[in-house]
Amino acid sequence: MGRKLLLEHINVPGINTFEVYRQKGGYRAVEKALKSLSPEDVVEEVKKSGLRGRGGAGFPTGMKWSFLAKPEGKPRYLVCNGDESEPGTFKDRYLMTHIPHLLIEGMIVSSYALGANTSYIYVRGEMMPQIRILEKAIAEAKNAGFLGKNILGSGFDLELYVQPGGGAYICGEETALIESLEGKRGNPRIKPPFPAISGLYNCPTVVNNVESIAATVPIINDGGEEYAKIGIGRSTGTKLISASGNLNRPGVYEIELGVPVEEFIYSEEYCGGIANGKRLKAVVAGGSSVPILPTNLILKTVNGESRLMTYESLADGGFASGTMLGSGGFIAYDEDQCIVRNTWNFSRFYHHESCGQCSPCREGTGWMEKVLHRLEYGHGKLSDIDLLVDVSKKIEGNTICPLGDAAAWPVASAIRHFRDEFEWHVTNPQEAMTRNYGLAHYADPLPKVEPVTAS
Amino acid sequence: MSEKVKVTIDGITIDVEAGTTILTAARQIGGDIVPPAMCYYSKLQGSGGKCRTCLVKVSKGSEKDPRPMPKLVASCRTTVMDGMEVQNITSPEVIEARKGVVEMLLINHPLDCPVCDQAGECHLQDLSYEHGSEATRYEFERRTFDRIDIGDKVQLHMTRCILCYRCVYTADQITENRVHGVLGRGDAAEISTYIEKAIENEFSGNVIDVCPVGALTDKTFRFKNRVWFTKPVDAHRDCPTCSGKVTLWYKGEDVIRVTARKDEYGEVEEFICNTCRFDKKKTDDWVIEGPRKIANHSVISANHYEQLMPPPVLRTNPALREANKEQFERTTKL
Amino acid sequence: MLKISETDEIVFAPELITKFNEIVSRYPEGKQKSALLPILHLVQAEYGWVSTAAMDKVAEYLHLKPIEVYEVATFYTMFFLKPLGKYVLEVCRTGPCHIVGAEKIMKHIEQKLGVREGEVTADGLFSWRGVECLAACGMAPVLQIGPEYTYYENLTEAKVDELIDSLRLTTAEKPQIN
Repeated sequence: MGRKLLLEHINVPGINTFEVYRQKGGYRAVEKALKSLSPEDVVEEVKKSGLRGRGGAGFPTGMKWSFLAKPEGKPRYLVCNGDESEPGTFKDRYLMTHIPHLLIEGMIVSSYALGANTSYIYVRGEMMPQIRILEKAIAEAKNAGFLGKNILGSGFDLELYVQPGGGAYICGEETALIESLEGKRGNPRIKPPFPAISGLYNCPTVVNNVESIAATVPIINDGGEEYAKIGIGRSTGTKLISASGNLNRPGVYEIELGVPVEEFIYSEEYCGGIANGKRLKAVVAGGSSVPILPTNLILKTVNGESRLMTYESLADGGFASGTMLGSGGFIAYDEDQCIVRNTWNFSRFYHHESCGQCSPCREGTGWMEKVLHRLEYGHGKLSDIDLLVDVSKKIEGNTICPLGDAAAWPVASAIRHFRDEFEWHVTNPQEAMTRNYGLAHYADPLPKVEPVTAS
Repeated sequence: MSEKVKVTIDGITIDVEAGTTILTAARQIGGDIVPPAMCYYSKLQGSGGKCRTCLVKVSKGSEKDPRPMPKLVASCRTTVMDGMEVQNITSPEVIEARKGVVEMLLINHPLDCPVCDQAGECHLQDLSYEHGSEATRYEFERRTFDRIDIGDKVQLHMTRCILCYRCVYTADQITENRVHGVLGRGDAAEISTYIEKAIENEFSGNVIDVCPVGALTDKTFRFKNRVWFTKPVDAHRDCPTCSGKVTLWYKGEDVIRVTARKDEYGEVEEFICNTCRFDKKKTDDWVIEGPRKIANHSVISANHYEQLMPPPVLRTNPALREANKEQFERTTKL
Repeated sequence: MLKISETDEIVFAPELITKFNEIVSRYPEGKQKSALLPILHLVQAEYGWVSTAAMDKVAEYLHLKPIEVYEVATFYTMFFLKPLGKYVLEVCRTGPCHIVGAEKIMKHIEQKLGVREGEVTADGLFSWRGVECLAACGMAPVLQIGPEYTYYENLTEAKVDELIDSLRLTTAEKPQIN
């Protein structure tokens, strides 16, 4: 069994209440930080832990914190990003539902480290039940003296509020989230300036994912070095993986980074294999934005090494043969799933969620969706496949925010690895309407890489 | 004196004030290396960054940190650093990306230039002529909207809009009460008042001038004439509301349109009031200053043969001058 | 049933204004625009949808131009800008839900209710629509019902029937299904 740092007490009855959470050692991190550490010490511990942003980008949290500008006379803000909307990702919802005080505790510790006296937890509006849960938890924490003025006599003040979103995936992008929190349309800002210099209300701001904030609690309790001992290389600590799709046991799992992908899918400790005795066809390993990989590439790298659940191993091979850990939204597809249909579905999502501010994304996402729809419904042309690749390239890297890339990658990667399935939809349109392409060769062992020798 | 920084754009080096954007620096150099801009407008705070036509490649970040920037950047919103090296038309990557942006801007554009009042002074038209490809690969129905009147003088033809947000910034920054904005999202976003509402404001007509395409047009000029058949003349009047400095557009003896004075990038020198724009259409209302200089690349300058003909190359190259002797004499006589 | 029609004048009840005031107090002085989204949620919960008249009143309350409210309300998909049924069944249609049968569920709801996406049943009780990822992929397929956005997970056609039937039976209290 891997170590559980976030979900250790998840099955304890009443852990969502302050009382039980406290009994189980909750709010020790707040006591430790406020009574015995300076804000700089807390930042240092988080740096030492090697914690990387759990929302998707994987940027080192401690380094992000150290970029925060500290001008005189200007407040600083910590905003927690609970806008979880990446298809395949539902870990933050799980955490907020079942162990809300872990997030509150993390918010207090992190706000103290950053010198923020007002912090916001931005939660997507659809998670109204979680918003209620957090509001209740905040009230309990405040009642117990962990929020408000002069917390634990340390002189540190903190007010914590929950802000609902309104239904927009783009608000998971930190500057769009800030705009939304200011009561505006969720149009991402043009950077620079970065939020660390000018964010919420033009003040220095840090935006962190729910899981990143929660992870600061075990980091402070056990020390950054202890945390960094878990995992492999620069992938330290534990990560919540949201497993969904055609799995025997979908759900949220806390893994030590470094678990082999194969073990994660098939072992009884985690997903328990593919549902209904089917075979695995493909995996989206880090939320819908990251490249989809066929079975043979997700289980092993091109060099024949076992692929691990780490930032580095999943990215091994670059976009040619690798993918990304992203937000840890792990979607498994069995042999009955149609990759063209799935790509069209994702494409519709990005089309629907594009904010419309910059032209390549606004126009390109809709264009890709229409072409994919045509392919899926048997009216495609072979040239459509190259057209999609080209349109995705015209979007990728040319937009204000990463949504353009996120829309381009699933399409480009699906064609890269499943091109014959796309072609089959064009050459056998009638058949494609009645059955799926199936597993084909996507799980076949990869040919050995032949060493290239100079002649 | 403020600090100067050195920036090199397509091999041409210039010293500019610290804090200048790449686009502004390029405009200070001038010529072909100036990136096109469809949404940026120097007089409107916060504008730019959206259309992505001005993307350039930063091949060297600065003297201090020479690493190139990982992605193409919007030159209108990226500040130059000392020692920065930028590639615009010398980068195939930029040319390709720009072509892509133009294609994106056109897939939902109606291409109704033959009946569009903006034709001839439309930035999208110029942009696609210079950077686009001749055929579209888009085979689906284009997005359409109904034409609506916002007030009795301005028509909004949303189908042509490229969502540059300039008109929104204009209403925000030079009028008291903005009543139109961007509604909806993604490719369903539109410029609208939401509920039918007239834009009543002394400066509302400026949205026509800032619009890079034919989405906001002057109803008093609608279908009056093609802009390249009209002659622009600078004039002024003593106006209590605005500077009164305008361009009058003549068809024969008649003033058929009044606009603000626009520079070579299509930006107005000064915003003008609605009285000057819509109500003063007699020569008697104005003090005439002289012909408005129009950039050579504009079709409007087709009427200004004195500027265009003969092409400069004929004046300077003796061999060509000799070969075109007859034409040269004819055109210089005019 | 809906409390207001498209033309009704709106006067916010004092209790609602109290809630608004509390929300505004969460932000620094002069940043009351931040309260816009939470307030729009309250307005929708109160009236069932967000009418122009309501938006104008919100603008007045927050000292905003009406267009600023329209811009925001039309950007976010959770706000209903026309009256819908008392219960709006919002079915996730993205990725993981899609591959385990979201389309079948939507088709079933359409047949069961006899109205197309975005329409209202004759009794005014129900509407349905497909929405993008609800972040409950492990419990797919899922749907949510506002204003408290209760999630109904691991849907089957039988569970949907049960849900709709029980909602029909009691319009006062929102029932739970397993």
